Amino acid sequence: MSTAVKTQKLTMVQAITDAMATMMREHDDVLVLGEDVGKNGGVFRATEGLQAEFGEQRVIDTPLAESGIIGTSIGLAMNGFRPIAEMQFLGFIYPAFNQIMTHASRIRSRTLGHFTVPMVIRAPFGAGVRAPEIHSDSVESLFTHMPGIKVVVPSNAYDAKGLLIASIEDPDPVLFLEPMRCYRSHKIEVPEDKYTVEIGKGARLQEGEDISLIAWGAMVDVVKKAAKEMEEAEGITCDVLDLRTLYPLDRDLITESVQKTGRAVIVHEAPGTGGVGNDVVSLINDTSFLHLRSPIKRVTGHDTPVPMFAIEDHYLPDAERVKQAIIDIVRF
Amino acid sequence: MEVQFPIKQILNEDGVVVNSEFENEMTESLTKELYIKMLRARMFDRKGVNLQRQGRIGTYVPFEGQEAAQVGSSVVLKEGDWMFPTYRDHAATLTYGHSARNLFLYWKGYPIGCVPPEGKNIFPPAVPIASQLLHATGTAWAEKMKGTDRCSIVYFGDGATSEGDFHEGLNFASVFNAPVIFFNQNNGFAISVPMEKQMKTKTIAQKAVAYDIPGVRIDGNDIFVVYFETKKAMDHARSGNGPTLIEAVTYRYGAHTTADDPSKYRDQEEAKRRRETTDPLLRLERYMTNQGYFDEAWKTQVEEEITKEIEQAVEDMEAFGPAEITDMFNHVFHTPTWSIQEQFESFQSRMKEEV
Ligand SMILES: Cc1ncc(C[n+]2csc(CCOP(=O)(O)OP(=O)(O)O)c2C)c(N)n1
Repeated sequence: MSTAVKTQKLTMVQAITDAMATMMREHDDVLVLGEDVGKNGGVFRATEGLQAEFGEQRVIDTPLAESGIIGTSIGLAMNGFRPIAEMQFLGFIYPAFNQIMTHASRIRSRTLGHFTVPMVIRAPFGAGVRAPEIHSDSVESLFTHMPGIKVVVPSNAYDAKGLLIASIEDPDPVLFLEPMRCYRSHKIEVPEDKYTVEIGKGARLQEGEDISLIAWGAMVDVVKKAAKEMEEAEGITCDVLDLRTLYPLDRDLITESVQKTGRAVIVHEAPGTGGVGNDVVSLINDTSFLHLRSPIKRVTGHDTPVPMFAIEDHYLPDAERVKQAIIDIVRF
Repeated sequence: MEVQFPIKQILNEDGVVVNSEFENEMTESLTKELYIKMLRARMFDRKGVNLQRQGRIGTYVPFEGQEAAQVGSSVVLKEGDWMFPTYRDHAATLTYGHSARNLFLYWKGYPIGCVPPEGKNIFPPAVPIASQLLHATGTAWAEKMKGTDRCSIVYFGDGATSEGDFHEGLNFASVFNAPVIFFNQNNGFAISVPMEKQMKTKTIAQKAVAYDIPGVRIDGNDIFVVYFETKKAMDHARSGNGPTLIEAVTYRYGAHTTADDPSKYRDQEEAKRRRETTDPLLRLERYMTNQGYFDEAWKTQVEEEITKEIEQAVEDMEAFGPAEITDMFNHVFHTPTWSIQEQFESFQSRMKEEV
């Protein structure tokens, strides 16, 4: 008894706009605020058209101050609104670090649930788009390490809309990270109506028997390419996972996959040291150690700042590096 | 407050002297020097925009319209003074002696673009807004402790005054009496956000009152007022009297960056009108014409020399070859840690396989 779902073809950035518009139409308490989000529609056009539809009271160009944006959003959220605060780039979130670490993430626990912060922080991030310095960092693990905030990273338009709606509906703060490289890389069918993708659930993009490839954000395309080429060239089949949420991790999905394949490669563009990949390794160690047929490998960015864009391609993991890692551990 | 902080001018838009306080010092040779430096900055900027359009460099940040503010304030620096620019202040860095080749390489995404010429205390462009005000205060404070008469100048926009770092920078400088010039270029916009949405105060200069330091509001398109007021603030700082906040009121004619489309948020006619009326180069030309020492043949000759210099810089940029990839690993620490060393070695072995 399925009724046809009406869909439209959207890029990821359009799906993000669509998610905000969908929620703003339904709920008067949802606000959008940030730098250049109004008339300009955001530097990536993620809030395009929202001020025209919802007015200057609900789509607000703030003064240029990240601590101000997030600090006041905490107040708005504690007092009846659901703010969606945009950071122009994740690399500029640091002035707000104090507000997120010492307040947004712990007001619920400090007040034993009396005050809560149902807020979403959206931020474009990641390298590979020839952006100037500081714009390209992947610092997701600074936030997965913060108790009290969820961290979500979609890699495509469908997940972006469903996850952003779920984040707005979530009663707790959510950091919603938007890989810039995925903003316009694909256009896919996205339902016109409201739907959610559950926070904390990853996705299996491809079934395979020999090895689990685990990635998120812009690295998903990289591992998909590596998986395809490994199957064609070597007959190695990969179980490809897009984690989609980095805190809390989808323990069941990772466990099930690794227990099936007995091998894993984790790929992320953030530096290896202190990266979320290490949490995935720990999780596999906790749940599946005796199922492993070889050591787990990580393919990551270097322990260096993301370099200036003329050489950033040499920082980012690519399919070649992933394939080498696969070969190393399959032949271990 | 607007009355308390009126806009100071020396030349009005027609190039007529409206304040004769410094007339004795406004010599032909100084005037010509300032004109040449502004023209050089403008031609550099236009080249930057063109190189971006041709795909020879990446995103570029233009400053056209702000030449008087940047040139007039940087030309008064002395050897050893500290300069803290933003991403829009290559007119200031170029004037203070940065290499045009390296400035272009910066916008081509080359790490060497952040490196100033030997002996020039020029910080790399501040990308995180307002963070640089504190560094300027710190370097100035250090000079004070060392007992020199050097000072720091720091550039920032109207939007930057909203960040906490702006206020902390002014307060620290005030408390420690640091010899620093806070040089604000109020170009009316922070990307798309106009000043009246950025702050309720009508001036930026008035924010100096809160820190009990001098605040001055000047016409940022009048190179003479920029030059003499910055000089005054520097003398004040060098003689141990602490910081000054200067608000130079100006306008950027072009886009925020080459990736920005200003027609989305402001009237493009306005930029056109301002080019014709308040342009800093035209204003000085009008003054020089009134003084009887501007002629087109001289200008053409100056332009030719500048063109040669800039073309050479572009050639040098392109002759530089590929960016040095190993820079990524080699300069994170004095001595690389084992993890960086290991990553470097595995990078090198991959490169060998590729060859
Ligand atoms: C901390 C921080 N937040 C946001 C940005 C993104 N950003 C780059 S330039 C800019 C506007 C700055 O305006 P203003 O200070 O007036 O200087 P202008 O660009 O006009 O020279 C913004 C928001 C940034 N670079 N740093």
